[in-house]
Amino acid sequence: MQTKRTIFPNKVLPYFLLAPQLVITGIFFFWPAGQAIWQSFLREDAFGFKTTFVWLANYTALFEDPNYLNSLQVTLVFSVCVAALSLGLALLLAVCVDRLIKGASGYTTLLLWPYAVAPAIAGVLWWFLFNPTIGILPFIMERLGYNWDHALNSTDAMILVVVAASWKQISYNFIFFLAGLQSIPLSLREAAAIDGAGPFKRFFTITLPLLSPTSFFLMVVNVVYAMFDTFGIIHATTEGGPAQSTNILVYKVYADGFIGLNLGSSAAQSVILMGIVILLTFVQFRYVERRVAY
Amino acid sequence: MATISLEEVRKIYAGGVEAVKGVSMDIADGEFIVLVGPSGCGKSTLLRMIAGLEEISAGTIRIGDRVVNRIDPADRDIAMVFQNYALYPHMSVYNNLAYGLRNRGVPKDEIDRRVKEAARILEIGAFLERKPKALSGGQRQRVAMGRAIVREPAAFLFDEPLSNLDAKLRVQMRVEIKRLQKSLGTTSVYVTHDQLEAMTLADRLVVLNGGAIEQIGDPISVYEQPASTFVASFIGSPAMNLIPVSVRDGRATLDSETAAGGSGLSGPDLANGAGYTLGVRPEHFVPASERPADPGDLSLTVTTTVLEPVGAESYLYATIGGDSAANGTVANSAAPHVVIRVPAAARHQPGEVLSFTAPADRIHPFDKATGKRIPR
Repeated sequence: MQTKRTIFPNKVLPYFLLAPQLVITGIFFFWPAGQAIWQSFLREDAFGFKTTFVWLANYTALFEDPNYLNSLQVTLVFSVCVAALSLGLALLLAVCVDRLIKGASGYTTLLLWPYAVAPAIAGVLWWFLFNPTIGILPFIMERLGYNWDHALNSTDAMILVVVAASWKQISYNFIFFLAGLQSIPLSLREAAAIDGAGPFKRFFTITLPLLSPTSFFLMVVNVVYAMFDTFGIIHATTEGGPAQSTNILVYKVYADGFIGLNLGSSAAQSVILMGIVILLTFVQFRYVERRVAY
Repeated sequence: MATISLEEVRKIYAGGVEAVKGVSMDIADGEFIVLVGPSGCGKSTLLRMIAGLEEISAGTIRIGDRVVNRIDPADRDIAMVFQNYALYPHMSVYNNLAYGLRNRGVPKDEIDRRVKEAARILEIGAFLERKPKALSGGQRQRVAMGRAIVREPAAFLFDEPLSNLDAKLRVQMRVEIKRLQKSLGTTSVYVTHDQLEAMTLADRLVVLNGGAIEQIGDPISVYEQPASTFVASFIGSPAMNLIPVSVRDGRATLDSETAAGGSGLSGPDLANGAGYTLGVRPEHFVPASERPADPGDLSLTVTTTVLEPVGAESYLYATIGGDSAANGTVANSAAPHVVIRVPAAARHQPGEVLSFTAPADRIHPFDKATGKRIPR
């Protein structure tokens, strides 16, 4: 693609124009990231009296810690579930709205609202709905013979956080899927209909493959979301419990560092997280453009 | 192979707009029918109703002897070529052709045989493994045709298939479509807004206007005997000249003629009265000097405005009336304009006053109020 280029005659001006962005990135990203990396090599007592340089001891300790390995597994399960649930439901809703002629914009607007809700509020909302004492859903489930208690049951807790986290993300996925669907020419689906493909076959052999760039993009975005942006939801609902069953990596960084005051380990964990983000971003930029189905 | 018959077919959209107003016609087995008309005349809607992509509000459509009103597009045994080709972008050319056959459970070796055969006929064998994106416009057009012919359907439906091609390729593909249709002998319905495409391809033309049929007939008879002023002005390029006149005692007078303007017209044997439109094709005017006017001929004096050479011939744009006051520099905007075909060698200057006649049998009289042809 040809982009328009401007040549600055003044040597200083371009740097001056870039400065605000660079300053913000520097102060809010590079500085804390550097601090985290430095901190991850240190061991400090809880009161900050004594600091020792311990090389990679924090990292080796992490990978021998069953709690950390558990947290990795929990994060994996959580991310996959959130991505699958929110992508699946969003696609279903988008396909439904795509068929609408009347009222599509009304539905779209309503479906977008959850995205505007802050994660912590979403967490509290679902915490109320699922509250074993006062919530409406456990009340109904009890009638159906299931005793819901996310404070005691690990599976219940995981379901709660997955539902709360997915609910918020559905809006985002929905709007992308809808845009993706609407960019597929109607004549392709008509041609497929004449070619003898039923509605389901049409969806799986024509629509879905043509949506694959959108789906892939959203999958990466959703995994990133589930891994990093769900802190508020976890914090407002289960706080990582019961028995570490919803303690995802991001929450563990916070819990170990600020509750447990093990700053070295917390820093090492955030450095690992940073590595994961870098990897995901790389995958996104590298393949989202290329892995286009056609 | 099948006949297609439409009986009082209507399309009324949810908003109450009637896009197709009771169309009836019978298409013979193996016939090439072209639906032609300006945009919004309902030709595409009609085609899509035959295909089953658009619900039929009223009337009956039969393919063969089966009423297909409630039958899915897939089960109507038709194949359609879309304006934008609608090739599946994520499939190779081979899979594009094979898709419809696979969906119908045709055995693998049979699919392979048919795809190879279609590729041979359309000369796309070299591209079978490519994706549509890697093909040129003309090649995509061939693949779209191929997808239709591998199915060996009862009828082909074409929805303006050539309108995305450049002029040269369009002519080439036009010839090819006609040749292909003749050799396969498959009943075809072809929609276009291009009257030249319609004339050259059709066994029979169906001229549509405002959702209703204006005229059905073979291209030459539609050209020579247009049923209405609409058909007269739509078929043929440049369009037929339409001159509004009144007739008194065997003399036609221009409606817009002013006392000062003098008579620009004399002519045909029609009953006295106002409200005629006379149609004359540009090629039917002869210089008055070469052909003395017989009774019943139309003779007219014109002032030239523009000469448009197209190579083999030239078209002379002129206003009726030899008004010297206008003197060619300012066209008399009230007087009707005419287009006259002249030899390529003609060197007329703007403002020249010339006389032409048109023979009586080349004058098409229409009723001005209804636009319908007046039989003579």
